[in-house]
Amino acid sequence: MVASQKDNSKVWQRRTTLQQYSVWLSWLIGLSIFTYCWQLISDKTIWMFVMDATTQASDLAERMIPPKWSYMANLWEPVWDTINIATLGTAIALVFAVPVAFCAARNTTPSVYFVRPIALFVIVSSRSINSLIWALMLVTIIGPGVLAGTVAIGLRSIGFCAKLLYEAIEEIDPSQVEAITATGASKGQQLIYGIVPQILPAFAGISVFRWDINIRESTVLGLVGAGGIGLQLDASISTLAWTQVSLILLVILGTVIVSEWVSARIRHSII
Amino acid sequence: MNTSKVQRVWKRPPLISNKLLRWSLWGGAAIYLSIALGTMDINWQRAAEGSSRGADFLGSFFPPDFSSRWDSIVDGILESLWMTVTSTVIGIILSVPVGLGAARNLSYKPVYYFCRGILAVSRTFPEVILAIFFVKLFGFGPFAGFLALSVGTIGFYGKLLAEDIEDMDPVQAEAIKATGAGWLQWLNYSVQPQVMPRMIGLGIYRLDINFRESAVVGIVGGGGIGATLLTSFDRYEFDSAAAILLIIIAFVMVMEYVSSYIRRWVQ
Repeated sequence: MVASQKDNSKVWQRRTTLQQYSVWLSWLIGLSIFTYCWQLISDKTIWMFVMDATTQASDLAERMIPPKWSYMANLWEPVWDTINIATLGTAIALVFAVPVAFCAARNTTPSVYFVRPIALFVIVSSRSINSLIWALMLVTIIGPGVLAGTVAIGLRSIGFCAKLLYEAIEEIDPSQVEAITATGASKGQQLIYGIVPQILPAFAGISVFRWDINIRESTVLGLVGAGGIGLQLDASISTLAWTQVSLILLVILGTVIVSEWVSARIRHSII
Repeated sequence: MNTSKVQRVWKRPPLISNKLLRWSLWGGAAIYLSIALGTMDINWQRAAEGSSRGADFLGSFFPPDFSSRWDSIVDGILESLWMTVTSTVIGIILSVPVGLGAARNLSYKPVYYFCRGILAVSRTFPEVILAIFFVKLFGFGPFAGFLALSVGTIGFYGKLLAEDIEDMDPVQAEAIKATGAGWLQWLNYSVQPQVMPRMIGLGIYRLDINFRESAVVGIVGGGGIGATLLTSFDRYEFDSAAAILLIIIAFVMVMEYVSSYIRRWVQ
């Protein structure tokens, strides 16, 4: 406990004086970094456009309401495509993520110095590039459409699934694996009977969690031509069909909420 | 003595113990897969044609060309970094009141539902869609991207803050209340110390996410490295694009390393 003397009585303090000063100093540094960055952004902004944003917003809202409900007939197929992109993309990702995760986990990797760094690099590079950028690349390579979107979602999800999965593998209870080894099991049998049952719940949880995220991400892939409801969104925005845009946004909202609900229910029943 | 022995073979218990549910899940998955693949309308011919050209495309990504558009790459990266810092700071500041309001053990029912509503809406839409609208409203440039990332941060950080407050130990909060602390003192001495270590870690994690997302908002006009990337794709300068992607990966790796270091240091 830290206390200072004041009028002959001790007053409780949370920090020592030195700690207090270092806290203030770090606030000062943080604040100056923030103001510096803000200044630079503000220099690049045309404030006149920002000022009339309220009129713009009310204008836009006026043009977006009411949503054009009849357009819904054209949207069922894109929604189905979007769900397919997310689901099949997740499936592709899981197929590749499992071996990568086993190579990356410290306790199952064939070689800590050679295989593990490669697996970790695969994970980082897949995670650091957003699915929209993957899609941008894939559209130029395999052409616009659902396939590019699916592969983009898959590539992006490998890293995420593999990372969570290898962390789960590293956290398993080693005594169970030891027990299986003591029965004379081979390496493969150790994997199947000792490790896999321990990570199976985590695996199911991860795949449902990622599926939920992928639904959200696949709604925008159409902006770069990779299929799904984003195509309709892009087309409607560029033709200034704002009543269609508002309907599409509502549909996206509905899809995301439903998928979130489904994934929460499934994860709840697993755990 | 009865010598006949019962043959018993051990089997691993399955993840889903209900047999009917298990098989219907497998069946459902198979049916879904066949329907989905049937309706996906993949132009295999185009894909096959592309794959021969795909090699050429991939070839044109190498070697990465850092030099010819170096100035605009530096510009874009810096802009992304500014956006990342400002949007994380502003987003977290704004998310604190929302998060406090969305914690069930802290706020009243109407406030709770209102704040949960804000969080749900700002989490639903991807940053890219938010950015499209902010670009329409506020014009091109980093300001629109900054706003989109801030709103995304509010949804992410506010929800986690609210959940963390709901999970806190009520005993400490009660102890502080018993000393006669006011509401703000109570917040400062009982709630804040309990949630702080995790929230600092999450703040740094969000900084990391915002940098990644800042590469994307540029595609719809929100400034940052994404704009540079899109330009190089549009000009078919794939070697510059490869350079930009490598730089993004390098930055993310560094940030991930730093953030894991700081998080370990905080906890």
